[in-house]
Order: sequence, then C-alpha cells, then structure tokens
Amino acid sequence: MFGLHYNLERSAVGLVAFIVLVASIGGLIEIAPLFTIDETVEEAPDMRVYTPLEVAGRNIYIREGCYACHSQMIRTLRDEVERYGPYSLAVESSYDHPQLWGSKRTGPDLARLGNKYSDAWHTIHLNNPRDVVPESKMPAYRWLLRAQLHTDDLGEHLAALRAVGVPYTDEQIANAPLDAYGQANPDSAAAGGVAKRYGDATNIRLFDGEATRLTDMDALVAYLQVLGNLTDAAHQPQPEAE
Amino acid sequence: MIADLTRAERLWAMLILGALGLIGLAMAIGGRNDLLGIHGWIVLAAGLGGFIAVMRGLDAPEPSAERLNEYYDAPTRVGLILTLLWAVVGMGVGFWVAALLAWPDMTFDVPWLSFGRLRPVHTSGVIFGFGGNALIATSFHVLQRTTRARLPDQISPWFVLLGYNLFCIIAASGYLMGLTQSKEYAEPEWYADIWLVVVWVVYFAIYMRTLARRKEPHIYVANWYYMAFILVVAILHIVNNLAVPISLGSAKSYSLFSGVQDAMTQWWYGHNAVAFFLTAGFLGMMYYYLPKRAGRPIFSYRMSIISFWGITFMYMWAGSHHLHYTALPHWVQTLGMAFSVVLLVPSWASAGNALLTLNGAWHKVRDDAVLRFMALAAIFYGITTFEGSFMAIRAVNSLSHYTDWTIGHVHAGALGWVAMITFGSLYSIVPSMFRRERIYSQKLVEVHFWLALSGTVIYVFAMWNSGVIQGLMWRTYTESGGLTYSFIDSLVAMHPYYIARAFGGLLFLLGALTALYNVVMTIRMPAPAADDAALDIPAKPALQAGE
Repeated sequence: MFGLHYNLERSAVGLVAFIVLVASIGGLIEIAPLFTIDETVEEAPDMRVYTPLEVAGRNIYIREGCYACHSQMIRTLRDEVERYGPYSLAVESSYDHPQLWGSKRTGPDLARLGNKYSDAWHTIHLNNPRDVVPESKMPAYRWLLRAQLHTDDLGEHLAALRAVGVPYTDEQIANAPLDAYGQANPDSAAAGGVAKRYGDATNIRLFDGEATRLTDMDALVAYLQVLGNLTDAAHQPQPEAE
Repeated sequence: MIADLTRAERLWAMLILGALGLIGLAMAIGGRNDLLGIHGWIVLAAGLGGFIAVMRGLDAPEPSAERLNEYYDAPTRVGLILTLLWAVVGMGVGFWVAALLAWPDMTFDVPWLSFGRLRPVHTSGVIFGFGGNALIATSFHVLQRTTRARLPDQISPWFVLLGYNLFCIIAASGYLMGLTQSKEYAEPEWYADIWLVVVWVVYFAIYMRTLARRKEPHIYVANWYYMAFILVVAILHIVNNLAVPISLGSAKSYSLFSGVQDAMTQWWYGHNAVAFFLTAGFLGMMYYYLPKRAGRPIFSYRMSIISFWGITFMYMWAGSHHLHYTALPHWVQTLGMAFSVVLLVPSWASAGNALLTLNGAWHKVRDDAVLRFMALAAIFYGITTFEGSFMAIRAVNSLSHYTDWTIGHVHAGALGWVAMITFGSLYSIVPSMFRRERIYSQKLVEVHFWLALSGTVIYVFAMWNSGVIQGLMWRTYTESGGLTYSFIDSLVAMHPYYIARAFGGLLFLLGALTALYNVVMTIRMPAPAADDAALDIPAKPALQAGE
C-alpha cells in the first residue's frame, strides 16, 4: 500500500484525480438520494406559497441576518416540542430557497412564530425589543418603520423563485407589486386580489399599524406571521418526539 | 510589484485590469437601481486604479534574467501583510459583535452597525480574509521550496492574491449593505461567487504549472494538503452556491435547492469549509513550517499518508452531524455521526505526528515563542478534533446544538489551531521574506503568545460554560412536569459569560495588533549588509516555459 503511494506522490495529475475521487464519495451518497427518495419530504397538498409581501419580508429577515441568532427548525426532542410546538417537517421549508434552519439560538426558535403574537407586538418589539422584553439582547431595528418597501421588482423575485421550483402562476407574478400593497392595506381595492390569488387563509392586515405607506416593517411582520402556517402537516399525527 | 513584470506581462495585466474595469462599469450601469451598482463602482475603481498603476510603470526597465535564479516571493510578502490587516479587521469586528451581545444598544440606530450585518464581516474577515490570505501567501512560499521551482510567471500569483482580496472586499462590504445569501460561510452573492471561481482556477493552474517544473521527484506532503484545499473548496463552493439571480442587474439571487436538500448541501459545504479551508490548508502549513523551525524531520511518513487520505475521505461525510434531530432523514444523520467519530483517528494521527516531530526539540519549544505557537496549535488541533467528534454524537449534540458550546468549539479551533499555526508560520518566515536578520522584537512575540493563549482560554471556557448552562436550562423540567425556565431566563444567565467572551476576544485582538506592529517594525529595520537570503534559491536556474 505504501509502495503504491510512493508512486502516486510522484504524479501531480494522479494526486489531483485521486483527491477529487475520494472527496466526492461522501457527498454523492448523502446528498443525491435526498432528491430521489420520496419519503425524504412529506406530502402536504394544502401547502401555500409565500405571498409577494412575505417574500419581501423574508428577504429583509435575510438582509438583517436574523438567521444568525434565530433557528427555524424545531428538533424531535420533547423539550423543544413543549417549548416551541410540533417539530418541524421537511415539507414546511420546501419552498424556502435557501432554507433558514439556522445553527444558533441566541434568541428563541421562530419556526412556529406565526400568529403567536399580535402585529402590534411585533412592530413594537422590532422597533426596540427592550420596550416589551427588558432583558432582550436583540438589536433595535428602528429603520424598518422608516424604510419604504421596494415592490417594483417583486415580479422578478417570484419569477426567479418559479425557475427554482416554487409553483407561482403567471397571474401571481404579474400582480406581485399590487398584491404586496393589497396585503398590507385591507381596505384598499387591491386586497381582494390577494385573497383570490393566495387563498383565504392569507393574513391581510395593517401589519405596521399604518395604512399610508408600505414599509419594511409591514413586510417583515407579514413574514413572521406566516412562519409555521404554510401547511398544517406538522399538526397532523406524527411519530412522537424523543 | 510592477517592476517584477516583464513587458509582455505588463500588457497582459493592463488587458486584465481593463476588462475588470469594464465589468465593473457594466455592473454599475446594469445595477444602477440596485446595491449591485455600488459593487460595480468598487470593481471599476479596482480595475481602473490597477490599469493606471501598470500603465505608469509600463516603460520601467524590465526585470533582469537573474530573477529566474530566485524564488518569486513578492506576492508572499504582500500576502503576509494582508493576512495581518485582515486579522485586525476580522478580530476587531469579532470583538465588537461580542460586545454587542452584552450591550445591544451599541447599534446606535445605524443599520450596518447591527449584529446581523456585522457578524458575517467577522466570520468572513477571519476565515477568508485572515485565513485565506495566510493560505495563499504560505502556499506560494512552501510550493517553491518543496519543488525547488520558481512560480511559473510573475502575473498569475498577483491575479490570485489581489483578485482574492477583491472578493473579500466585495463580500464584507456587501454584508454591511445587507447583501447576503444567508448560507453560513457562503454568504457572498452570485457575482462574487463567480469571480471567486475564476480566481480559484488560476490558483489551481499555478499549482499544477509549478509542480510540472519541479526538481524534486516527490511531491511533499504539505502540497497534498494545499492541493486538497484548493480542489475540494472549489467543488464545495460551486455546488453550494448554485443559484438563480432575479436579473443580471440585481445582486439578489435564490438558491437552486430548498428545504432539506439545501440544508444538507449547506452543511456538507459548511463542515468541509472547516475541513478543507481551516484544516487541510493549515495542516499543509504545519507540515512544512513546524519541522523546519524545530529542525527535525516529520516523525512518521506513513502516519502522514493515513491521516491525509482519512481526512480527505471521511470529512466529506461528516456534515450531516450539524442536522441531528432535524427534518433530515435519520439515515443521513447516522452516517454523519459515524464518520465524525471515526474522523478522530486521522485527526489525532496528524496532531500526534506533529507533536512527536517535536521530540528532541522540546527545549526549543520552551525557548522559542515562534515554535511554541506551532506546538500549541497542534495541541489545540488535537483538543478541538476530539471535541468535534464528541459533539457529533447525537445524544451530546441534543444538548450542545444551537448553544454557545458550538461557538466555543469553533473558537478553540479558529483561535487555538488556525490562528496559532498561522502566527507561528508567519513569524518564522517574515525575517527571511523581508531579508532581515531577525524579527524586530522576540519579546513582543512572547507577549503575543501569552495574549493569544490567555485570550483563547478565557474565550473557550466562557463559551463552554454558557453553552452547557444554556442547553441544560432549556431541558430542565419541574417536578410537576413543566419546563422550569423561560427562554429569557436562559438568556439572562448568559450575560456574565458574554462579557468574559468579549474580554477574551479583546486579548486575542491585542495579540494580533502586537504582531502587526512587530512585523511593520521588522520591515523598517535596516537590511543586513550581506544578503543571507541568497542561500534560499532553487537547485538550478529555473527555466521558464515560453521564455
């Protein structure tokens, strides 16, 4: 064996080929089957897609690096299920490009945050967390209420998401900026189209409490309120947590 | 640096920099309504600035043919300084974000000063800025000495070094503006990722072209590691960053994979960024600089073979231990755990090989802080790889995951192993690289050593404590069967440890500043009359292909 190696280390091309071969095996065996084995991702016929406003909010969540301190993955452990709710299923993040499972809980898990607190609580909390949780270590995101949300390219966002596999319709893509506005302005004419295109379960509310304009706060709160609510699959009977 | 280039190379450099400037202009125009435009201006400034600098030196005298009798070390010299500058940036931001966790109101209502945007500046600044520059600078140095061949030309090493730093600047400035893919350690957006692939192909080509002209029949073990680092990082980087941009005029992209497949790909990448960026490359460094400084041959050639192929094969299976008890299928978790545990064998073979090499030279470890840096690095490598295998066990992971224990583990590796082996290697070549008789102050190296060690120990112990307390509080039940602590209770319990962690980080940062000062003062010392570095030359005049 060491004799063979004696020859291998005299050949640069041989070393390169062998390194690539040896290093490729693990990934191929662990990743490729995840795309082909059907059991990997559960069936969820009721699965909804994110609305344009929720997509925009998700992008703000990414922009501000929220994932560095908050996970969105409840593990199959008894204490986690009791603290946060039913453990996360693969299907729940199947429209998440990329997933935001996270790796660290400086703050709590957010996988089942949706509709747990009021919109007003979220708006106050994001504006300055210590106004509602005095011991909090989260930064105050005061600029979210000041920033006007960019909606003009939301159609392109939805089209790109469709290119990677999220089933958006042409109609949803064409009306994306309008639907973003409508979802945060329930009394406007645009609100009806949102329910029609995204289902009656969609939250159509004044997320930041103001009807006048669409802010980054509207989008982020809309996203936080849909977390865990795209499908009911996790609330169906599942094997018990360890 | 321009004086080193031949006239043909200067013209090539102008062509490349001009093209870069045009790409920057296209980005600035196409992305004028997007943050991409700002990056366009940065790229344009880099291309144009470089173009003008080369143009002004175009008619300077050409380098003499004598240069082919020497190794080409100018890129290594610049790389060493960039390494130290990024160390100060990355560790400085690290100290700052640590302080933000203790005193969150220091965000001052400025978006780019918030924790979420600064945190990737810290991680990328240290891993890619500090670590990456150290790897590029030392790999050029080691490659030439172990092959006894000069680098193939004068332009491609600069392309790699400076192009790589352009990537780092685009990455860090992007995070501050909120541009991130959110995939840990793969945060830069699609255009930065494409640029890194271009740089990486040239880097690989330098390696192969130099090896092709080697005067040593055998390729030394340090080069296996540097090659594995270059090759596997390329594979990981390309697969994990597959994404569809929303338009060519926008910085934003959506990753090709989603959910569980994306999570597995991400941690296959993430764990092997640790394995092939932060381990393989730095093992290459260790295998050259530690025996050289100790004046002892590597203890066992066979152990180095076993550990090299063990690491190359097994690490690639281990990523799924980041996803224990998640929605990832159980069989993948189990495979990841099993390989992570077995990984201890090649890891300890490497650490043991390094420490056994020091047998007969332990008096030097006592007297020489430079060698002591490297010896300590090998010890921390052993500790951290043991801890890693331990934490990959599902039952242990159920406690440690999502807590500060992970942060402690990472820093035992990053501070104790990566930074210590880098500082040791750096101190050992700075005098010869800059043609000085010695380092400016051996005392300051000693000060740096103790700052680094005490900083690491304080940091790691703080995070071990906070992590284990956190994990236990989350799973503590009252007698009546309810959870004892709210989440906020566990956060309040972390406060003293977060202050201790920031203090440990500050000590380590002060050490890095000491190193920067010491190196700058070394460069400013007068050059010795006789040029001792002349002994450090290739075996025979190195003929250049195509010259």
